[in-house]
Formats: sequence, structure tokens, C-alpha cells
Amino acid sequence: MPGKLKVKIVAGRHLPVMDRASDLTDAFVEVKFGNTTFKTDVYLKSLNPQWNSEWFKFEVDDEDLQDEPLQITVLDHDTYSANDAIGKVYIDIDPLLYSEAATVISGWFPIYDTIHGIRGEINVVVKVDLFNDLNRFRQSSCGVKFFCTTSIPKCYRAVIIHGFVEELVVNEDPEYQWIDRIRTPRASNEARQRLISLMSGELQRKIGLKVLEMRGNAVVGYLQCFDLEGESGLVVRAIGTACTLDKLSSPAAFLPACNSPSKEMKEIPFNEDPNPNTHSSGPSTPLKNQTYSFSPSKSYSRQSSSSDTDLSLTPKTAPYPQGPRIYLCPSSPSLSCGSLHLKKSCLLLSESSLTPHHSSLVSPVLRKSVSFSEELFLAASGMGSGSAGKEGGPFKALLRQQTQSALEQREFPFFTLTAFPPGFLVHVGGVVSARSVKLLDRIHNPDEPETRDAWWAEIRQEIKSHAKALGCHAVVGYSESTSICEEVCILSASGTAAVLNPRFLQDGTVEGCLEQRLEENLPTRCGFCHIPYDELNMPFPAHLTYCYNCRKQKVPDVLFTTIDLPTDATVIGKGCLIQARLCRLKKKAQAEANATAISNLLPFMEYEVHTQLMNKLKLKGMNALFGLRIQITVGENMLMGLASATGVYLAALPTPGGIQIAGKTPNDGSYEQHISHMQKKINDTIAKNKELYEINPPEISEEIIGSPIPEPRQRSRLLRSQSESSDEVTELDLSHGKKDAFVLEIDDTDAMEDVHSLLTDVPPPSGFYSCNTEIMPGINNWTSEIQMFTSVRVIRLSSLNLTNQALNKNFNDLCENLLKSLYFKLRSMIPCCLCHVNFTVSLPEDELIQVTVTAVAITFDKNQALQTTKTPVEKSLQRASTDNEELLQFPLELCSDSLPSHPFPPAKEHLESASSNSGIPAAQRAMTVEKASPVGDGNFRNRSAPPCANSTVGVVKMTPLSFIPGAKITKYLGIINMFFIRETTSLREEGGVSGFLHAFIAEVFAMVRAHVAALGGNAVVSYIMKQCVFMENPNKNQAQCLINVSGDAVVFVRESDLEVVSSQQPTTNCQSSCTEGEVTT
Amino acid sequence: MTSELDIFVGNTTLIDEDVYRLWLDGYSVTDAVALRVRSGILEQTGATAAVLQSDTMDHYRTFHMLERLLHAPPKLLHQLIFQIPPSRQALLIERYYAFDEAFVREVLGKKLSKGTKKDLDDISTKTGITLKSCRRQVVEEMRGSLVDNIQQHFLLSDRLARDYAAIVFFANNRFETGKKKLQYLSFGDFAFCAELMIQNWTLGAVDSQMDDMDMDLDKEFLQDLKELKVLVADKDLLDLHKSLVCTALRGKLGVFSEMEANFKNLSRGLVNVAAKLTHNKDVRDLFVDLVEKFVEPCRSDHWPLSDVRFFLNQYSASVHSLDGFRHQALWDRYMGTLRGCLLRLYHD
Repeated sequence: MPGKLKVKIVAGRHLPVMDRASDLTDAFVEVKFGNTTFKTDVYLKSLNPQWNSEWFKFEVDDEDLQDEPLQITVLDHDTYSANDAIGKVYIDIDPLLYSEAATVISGWFPIYDTIHGIRGEINVVVKVDLFNDLNRFRQSSCGVKFFCTTSIPKCYRAVIIHGFVEELVVNEDPEYQWIDRIRTPRASNEARQRLISLMSGELQRKIGLKVLEMRGNAVVGYLQCFDLEGESGLVVRAIGTACTLDKLSSPAAFLPACNSPSKEMKEIPFNEDPNPNTHSSGPSTPLKNQTYSFSPSKSYSRQSSSSDTDLSLTPKTAPYPQGPRIYLCPSSPSLSCGSLHLKKSCLLLSESSLTPHHSSLVSPVLRKSVSFSEELFLAASGMGSGSAGKEGGPFKALLRQQTQSALEQREFPFFTLTAFPPGFLVHVGGVVSARSVKLLDRIHNPDEPETRDAWWAEIRQEIKSHAKALGCHAVVGYSESTSICEEVCILSASGTAAVLNPRFLQDGTVEGCLEQRLEENLPTRCGFCHIPYDELNMPFPAHLTYCYNCRKQKVPDVLFTTIDLPTDATVIGKGCLIQARLCRLKKKAQAEANATAISNLLPFMEYEVHTQLMNKLKLKGMNALFGLRIQITVGENMLMGLASATGVYLAALPTPGGIQIAGKTPNDGSYEQHISHMQKKINDTIAKNKELYEINPPEISEEIIGSPIPEPRQRSRLLRSQSESSDEVTELDLSHGKKDAFVLEIDDTDAMEDVHSLLTDVPPPSGFYSCNTEIMPGINNWTSEIQMFTSVRVIRLSSLNLTNQALNKNFNDLCENLLKSLYFKLRSMIPCCLCHVNFTVSLPEDELIQVTVTAVAITFDKNQALQTTKTPVEKSLQRASTDNEELLQFPLELCSDSLPSHPFPPAKEHLESASSNSGIPAAQRAMTVEKASPVGDGNFRNRSAPPCANSTVGVVKMTPLSFIPGAKITKYLGIINMFFIRETTSLREEGGVSGFLHAFIAEVFAMVRAHVAALGGNAVVSYIMKQCVFMENPNKNQAQCLINVSGDAVVFVRESDLEVVSSQQPTTNCQSSCTEGEVTT
Repeated sequence: MTSELDIFVGNTTLIDEDVYRLWLDGYSVTDAVALRVRSGILEQTGATAAVLQSDTMDHYRTFHMLERLLHAPPKLLHQLIFQIPPSRQALLIERYYAFDEAFVREVLGKKLSKGTKKDLDDISTKTGITLKSCRRQVVEEMRGSLVDNIQQHFLLSDRLARDYAAIVFFANNRFETGKKKLQYLSFGDFAFCAELMIQNWTLGAVDSQMDDMDMDLDKEFLQDLKELKVLVADKDLLDLHKSLVCTALRGKLGVFSEMEANFKNLSRGLVNVAAKLTHNKDVRDLFVDLVEKFVEPCRSDHWPLSDVRFFLNQYSASVHSLDGFRHQALWDRYMGTLRGCLLRLYHD
């Protein structure tokens, strides 16, 4: 399907002076696409040239349209010597290739030079005319929408969530080609930027093809990463979740999709399909057709010329030397694990058996899946011992089968989403992760990137089997990452094992009535906490109790997940950011020896990271982690582990036990005293944290326990929890049995350090909260002010004191100080919450540690807490009482305002307790905090007002979240995926490393904003800085930095504006703007 | 453990007003941190000194990057690198171009050149303003034109733009302001006079078309002023003028007798100042002359300000009743402004 690309160069401004003699510039512009180049006239002697060129027209294949970026070069004309380049602009025209996004790109773009940074701006207009062409064998995938957002985008409805798509392409890195020795740094940087742009275009196109094969029309949770493998090449890889999305405002939303293909899926030429109904949600689809939308990837793998992971699971053993893989298997011995791994898991198991004292924490730690639950009938089949349930058994069994079969046809039942439509998530098993250490070797043939593909296939396979061991058939919140140092590479993947509702995975309308019945039976608020595996055949020892919410099903005592907190989960109090930080020294080694050393260290690091997480979670008095992200970074002489997650108190899970310290050395008076002192400190901290995060679980009366066979252990737990809540002192007394108490042994200095470090974490100053998930549990009244920021710190370790302990302390201080700085800088926004706090650690050199943080600060109004808590409750009650039909269609929660709000349980006691426990104190505290905060915030607050008339630059908001508080996203304009290199040979003159990087990041923000504004947008959501590689050579006065960012460009409308509009024209806006009412009713 | 690199970049550029002020005042990072510590910010926020140091460095770096744009404020509005809300932009510019009165008073009337910049050291010690801050203030003055222009090009508030116009006007006409006799006058006094003169005595004042002529005094007007000489040269006119003024003011003035005795001297002084303005040198000495010829004599006789006002009003009004005098309009244009200036200059 060819297309015509049209480009017009309008004007330039603020150009740099290129001719010293006249203090002016004779600028002209080259416009290049593919191999075609056009030039404008030279505009003599001006720093603000007005070219006003004709339309330059490129006639190109749509394949090229997807792969190639439009390249605009601004030059200074020189009669006698070569023309000097001023800078370049790369424009990704992908957003113009699908109908719902932007129709024109027009605006001022910063002119960027990799050596000098931004040098003026250029005004460009770009349009694309596409000609329809129904060629089935085409290589392009124009029309498939891409979203970075890891939930179903607002203003869309998921018809089907197809599942995992992945792809990778490799190439040689221009920086390491022989030619790089003779060309200028600028040429080399530009070659790299262009290559990566090309590769990501190609990658996106190939993923698009897979999506079309699956009959989807969009990729959600699209994550693209670069691996700079140095000598061995450059890998660009991407994962995502294929979906069929419906625009919510479309009146035809509930009609079969085939009736309005042009509207929804402009480019999908499946009209000639014999069974068009198959991807519709119409009620009459015959049963036999239902499964075919999960076409296994094989059918299309041949089409895309590169790297499909083949499903024949005969592992293509890599011809490269390969370190032993880390395999922290959550499985019982009966589960087979590859011979390679056996050694590892044995090692770990033996370790755990050697120290039986630890057993209570070993179980969650060693298997990275820390969750347990019940609901046998639904969950069991993964373990092969399903039993029919009490109510709704047959239906569920059927449902189970369908889901099972649906997912088993899939290569990898993975979902990169972290938030889901209501009802999608049935149960959550726990975190599954896998890591593997590989040695890099030159990629010999870029067209056959099979080794890299095989590596990832292995890891994914492992994840899949972990999930199975947990009785789960799917993995949600899935992500992949790498860490590379010289020729060693650690590949990591993690996700959350889960049981899903098949309704969203297929055209599940066949059994509409059945589902409706099921819907009634499914526990809504606490269901996801219930264990998906068989209680009698648990993959690991765990403590189960009856759910504190419904009292019917079993739940684990702690739950770790990589996803966002489900919107319908009941949380007590507020959440907080919990981090585990760890360093391990390693000997410098080469190749295989190095890989082996790393492999040997990894399990210990994982173990410690989990222990730390668990300790800190208990210290906070919480019982669940969301958004868990564990990053292991490899350096020359050390390994770093950083885990971040948001801790919360889930009402459905039991009250966490405290931490008890036990000393090994007996009969030492002073030692005992020391221990008891520490114990007291810990207990005090727990009490303080409970108050700080407003964790006051409601009292539990024993009569609710309707368990048929109450196990003694659970009985005692329940009793305990009752006594706890009735008496504060006993709550901290921890006198209950050893099995529940979390015992920390301090038998050596190391452990002592650990305990100390537990207590050194300082809570954020009052008025501040922080979390790494989308929304802060327990806060629901966001105001509209947001501030996204990136902060980078690099510290140099003095090589003298390189011990593990000193290293740990340095790293810990680095992170804590960084957080403190953030709180100080943003103090004018109090009360506010840092959301989506994303830490990235890298080890650029021997003694350097670099930490990069991106997050968004959002203000909230504490005074409104009472009013707003009421409304969601009413809403949810209403919702619960309305027809199930609506629940089935489930478009409701997708709208922006209901997301931040936090629904409360319909049960009356809970309602009361919720408002009395969290609501009122929050409001009261708000008053005091407001008074206490010394910095007047009114000043700053007002500034989010619309831009003043004399400013020509529109405000573009950026946020790592998928929504904008107080506003409604009305349109997605396309994906922003940009890669920049900046280099300097005058580091001192540019203000040293800090000045250099500060300016560069500011420039990157500026370029992102400019692109969004040119697309007609006013915000970037789901913004992420995926890479920030910084290298310096102060002796040579040089530095280089690579940054890769992405996000979704959107148009948003303030909710207040929206109301004005709708009140003005109450009748005509039904179609143009989908308001809440229309969607929900 | 040393911090090699430490940066914070917000999508909206954070501007801390207090730190901005410290930066404008030319304090080093170390001094600024010390001052901030003294302000008690650590106790208020519970932050550590290291945090404060990092924060201050960060703001200084931002300001340093912004300074390039502040030299041409319209650029600040159109640039894309820093997303700053309009109200903050205005604040940045306004504060950047604000000056210390003491400093400007010192520089006023000096030829702004490289020579002056060397002298800044002296001024700096004299006024207690740090040198860096002085340099900033000098840069600005080199560029100004007149009120509207300044406002347009530098996006300053009305008040600040007027002050700049005054400075530019003084610098352009090289008025002498440094004499010892004039030391008692503040910048505000001069700025007031400058504004009156710009409004009434320049070409732009008569002809609104000639916008960029605000800088120079209306040469024709200055030439015409010679005609006023008749008021003192013609003995009859002078006597008539005196009697008119004396009749009107009798009993109303506390210092009537002194006025009566000095009338001829004062009148001669005022008119002679007018007549001399054709020469550049005398224009330069305008303020010296006014003080010598009018302010000082009155002050030595302890005229209260109200009496000076009565006198000047009557003095200029009575001329209208002088039948033989034909340059009424010219007189009004001259005296109207001069009266205002003299009243402002008349203080201790």
C-alpha cells in the first residue's frame, strides 16, 4: 500500500550565528526520506529565515513509511567551503499512519545537533496520503495502534485481549564499525541515531504484523528496549500485549466489528474473511469458531523475515559458552527442571534446609512467588488435582477448561498489562521471575538473530513453568530487561502468575448466559487474593488463612505482585514505597569465569533482596507488595540489586506478624540487653508506621469463620489477631508461635547491619507519600497539579573501603539522600504524592554508581477526603445493584475519573470502618499539615493555569502515569519513541558533568514536548526514560550520553472544561465526547 | 563517597524565588547555602545541609542556563527548552532587571563603556553590592531605548521600564549627577525628572509619530528657549512679573519678604538656565544649575516646600498676564516641567 508523504518547511528561528563576519547565517534545509532528498532555497543573512517552501512530495511504500524516519537537516550555505550542518530533526511519521491519531504534524521542532545540543527551531508541516491496498501478503502493518500505557487506554474498550507479542532485531553498532575510526564523532552519533530509529520502525512494523495475524488492532503495554552490546552489536527488542480495541465514543461499539471495520481498524483487510463474526462481540457466534482467534504465532512467523521464536521447544543450545542459569524454581521437586538448573536449586534447597530457623521466610523468598490462596476448584487444574467446587462448580469447570485451552494454544500466555478491566483478574499466584547469564558474541548475521531469540525463549519458557507450578495459566505485569557489562549479559524476566477470566481472551460471547451466572458467583473484592493453587498440594510450604474479607476462601499471609493494585481491592490505610538495596563485590574475571562468578552470586542476591523486602514490609505493618520490580545490575567488580515496590495493607490478608530478634549467643547479659533494645526499637517503628500510614484493620469477630475444617493454626491466628486489635501492647508482643513470628537472627555482624539498615530508612516528611505504582492506595482526591521530573546521581566510591558492608551503606545512602532531595525540592507541592517512582541503577565504570529516578509528583487535597470517599462508595453500590449486563460490557471503569478513585467494599461494616478509620483522621490531619507546612503553596498551585496570551509555547504535560488527574484523555495521537545521543569535547566549559547532563535532559524533554505539540497533543502519558547511559572522560574533557524515552502523546481536556462544554450543548455532545454517564449506563 | 554528578530536571522548571534572589545578588553557592541555613530552612523542612547544597547547586545551574535567555527576554518566551509558567517567566525577568537604587545612582550619567566597567570595582565597594551583580546591571543598561521599546524588548513591568528609560535618557544626555552638590538627590528624584522631561521636552513628546526620538531633547525647543530671556532682560517685564507675583502671594507666604528680596535673582536664574540649554555642556549641567540657582538660595532662606510650590505656581502663572510677552506656550512647556522637577529636587 503505497503512500505519499508531503513535507513543507515553513521557517526557522533563533538559529545560531554561523558566519562570524556578519553575525548571521545563510540557512537552507535538506529534507530526506529513504533515499530521496529535497532542498529549500538558501535564505540569506538571517537568524530567523522564512523559507515557506513548496510541498516536497515523497512517493513511498508503506513499509518504508513505517520503518524510515523523516530526516530534516538545517545547513549553513557556504560558497567556498563545504556547507556547515547546523542540526537535524528526526520526525517519526508513524502517528500519521492510522486514522484515529494525528492527521497532520505541524509545529516548531528544536534543531538538534549531537555535539552542540539544541540550536534554534524549525517550523515544519508533514502530511501523509495513504492509498488503500488489500494485499494480503504485505509486509507493512499500518493501522495497528501502539500504546506504551500498561492498561487498556482510556476512551477505548477491550473487545479481546489476544496476548503476548514480541520481536527483536539486531544490527552492528555503528560506533564499533571500522569506519568509526576515521569519521567525526558527529557523523558516528548521527549514524547511530538513524540506525536505531530505523530499527525501531522495523520492529514496530513486525510486531504490527503479528498483531494483524492475531486479528488484533492494537498493542498495549508496548515496551521497546535497546541492548548496547558493544562489539557484538545492537539489539532492539520489544514486547507488548495484542488487543482488539473499540473506541468508546463510537456509537457502534457494541455492534460486530465487521460492520464498522473502517472506523475501528482502518487497515485491517479481513473483510473477506469467511467468518467475520469471529472477532466480534456479537451474541450469536457459533461455538466452534470461538477459539480461532488465538492463532498460534507459527502461522505468521515465516512471514516476518527475522527472529520469531520458534515454538519447537527443543532448546537450540547456544553455540556460545554459557554460564549456568539461575533457576529459582518455586516448584516442588516433582516439577522437572532442566539438568542445568538442578545444581542451583539443590544448592538453594540445601541451604534452606541447613538453616531450618529461616524456613518461614525461605519459602517466599526462594521461590519468588510469595503467594498462596485457595479456591481449589478454580485453581487446581494447573496442579492436576482440581476438584469440583461448591457453588457454580460445573460452570467454573467449564470456564476453567476454556481458559486453559485458550491459553495453552498460546506460545506464551503473558500480558504486559499491569492494570486490567474489572473482572479480568481472577486470582493472583505471586511473582515469578527468571534470570540467565549469557556471554555475548558478535552477531554474525543480523538477519538471523536466532541466538538472542533463543535466549529469551528459554527464559519465557521458564517463567511459564513457574506460573504453572503456582497453579496459574497466565502471567500478567510481565516485563523483560537486561544488564550488560563488557561481554557478560544478565537477561531477566518477571511477572505475576495469575488466573484470568477467559471472557476477555476470546470472543467469549457464546456462553453469555453462563458467564452472567458466573459473574454473580465470582468474589469481587478479594477474589484476586485467593490462592490459585491446590491447598493440599502446595508448591511450597506456606501459611494459609481464610480470607479476612469473605471468610470463604484461603489467602496467603503475604502477597507479592508486579502489577498495579486492582481498583476494586480493599486496602486499609495508605501505601508506601519499599525498597531493598544490595551490593555484592565480585572478582574481576574474564568471559566464562566471570559469567560463572555472577551466576553463583545471583541466587544469594535474590535471597537477600527478598529478605530485605519482607523485613521492610513487616516493619511497615503491611502485607502485600504491588509493582515489584527487581533490578540486578552487573558491573566490572560488583553486582547491585535494587527492588522497588509499593507496600499496602490488603484487608483480605491477615495482619502481618511483627519481627522478632533472636540472638545466638546465650547467657550474655549485655548482649541480651542489646537485643531487647533493638527489639523495642523495631516494635516502636512498626507502631509508628501503622499510625503514619493509617493502618487500623477492623476488628474481626470469630463467628464469621465459617470454615468447615478449621485448622488449629488458623484458628490461633484469628484469635491472635483479635487480641491484637483489642490491645495495642499485645499486638507488638509477638508472643505467638514461632511459625508466624518473623524471626531475625543476629548471630554475626552482617545480620546486625541488616537490622540497623532496616531502621535507618527514614519515612518521607509529613505531607509526602510515595509509591511506584500508578496510583497511591488510600489517596483518591488528586488535584490537577503535576510535576514530572528526572533526577540523576553518580557517586564515586573510594576504592579503599570496598567491602560489601561499606558498599551497601554507600548505595543505601545514595538512594536515601536522593529521595530526601526530591522531598525537599518538591516541598512547595505539599500535600503531595510521588507516584510511579522508578529507580534505575547502572555501573558505568569501576567505582561509579549511577542512579536515575523518574517520577511524578501529584498534589492532592486532604480536605476533600471525606466528600470524595463517599461518592465512590455510592457509585460502587449503585453499580453493584445494576444489571449484570453492564458489568459484562465493562466499559465503565475505563474512564479517567473512576480510576483514581478508590472503590470501597459494599459491606456496611466496611463502609463504616473505612470512613471512620481512614476518612476522618485524614481530614483532620490535613488541617494540621496544611498549617504546619511552612512554604506557601498557593503561589505555585495557581501556575497550572492556561498559558498566558503572550506566550507562544503551549504547555505540554508529561507523566509516567496512564492518566492525568482532574482531566479526561480524549484522544491518543500515537506513540513517542525517541533516541538521542549527546557528546561534548568541552565538558568543563559546559559546566562539568552535571551541567552537561542537566542541559541534555532538559533538551530531551523539550524535544518530546515539541513533537507532542506538533501532533496536536498537550500531554505525554506513560512516559518512561528507558535508558540513560552516561560516559565521561574528564581527562580528555569529554562526555557522551545516550537517552531513550517513550510515551503516548494524547489530547486531554480538563474535567471542569468538559462540564462547561456539556452544559452548554447538552444534546449534541453524545457522540463527540463520551461522558461518564453514557458509558456506564 | 563523593557525588560526581547530581541533577534534577523537572518538566516544569522549578524556580526557587529565594535562591534566585541570592543568585542575582551574586552570592557564590557556598555563601548562598550558608545564608539559606541561617534562614532556618533546615529546621522547617527537616532537610540536611547536603540536601541544601545539592538543591542550591541545581538552582544555580538552572539560572546559569537561563541567563543566556534572560539577555533577550523575548527568547525566554519562545524557547522550548525550559517549560516555565508565564507568571514565573515574568518574575524571572522582572527580578533580573531590577536594580539597586544606590548602584544606579552611582552609575547614572557616567558614560557606559568599558572604562566604566573597570570602575565598577570602586562602586561595588562603595555601595556594598557585589561585583557580579553590578556586571549584570551594566549589561542591561547598554541596550535600552525608551519606555515602550524597553517594555516590548525586555518584557518588563511599567514601573521598571520607566526607570530604565530614565537611566537611558540620563546616559544619553550625559547629565551631570556626580557633583557633590547633587549627592543628596536619590535615583528616584532623577528618574522623576527624567520622566517629566521625556514627556514634555523631547521630540517624541510633540510628535507621537517619531517614536524613537524620545532619547533626545527637542533641539528646536531648546533654541526657542532663548526667547524667554526677555523676561529678565527687559527690566519692565521683570518688574511687572515681580509685582504680579508679589501681589498674589502677599500674606500667603511665610517667607514673603525673602521671596520679594530674592525674586529677581531666582527669576534670572531660572530663565538663564533655559536660555543656556542650547549648549550641550549646559544641558549636562542642568541639575547643577537648578540646584545652585534655585534650590540652594531657597533652602538657605528656609523656605518650606509649600511655599516653594505656591511661589512656583504663581511665578509661572503670572507670566500669562504679561501683555508684552509672546511666548506663552513655550513658557508653559518649559516651566511646567521645570516646576515639577524643582519641587522634587527641593528637599534635604
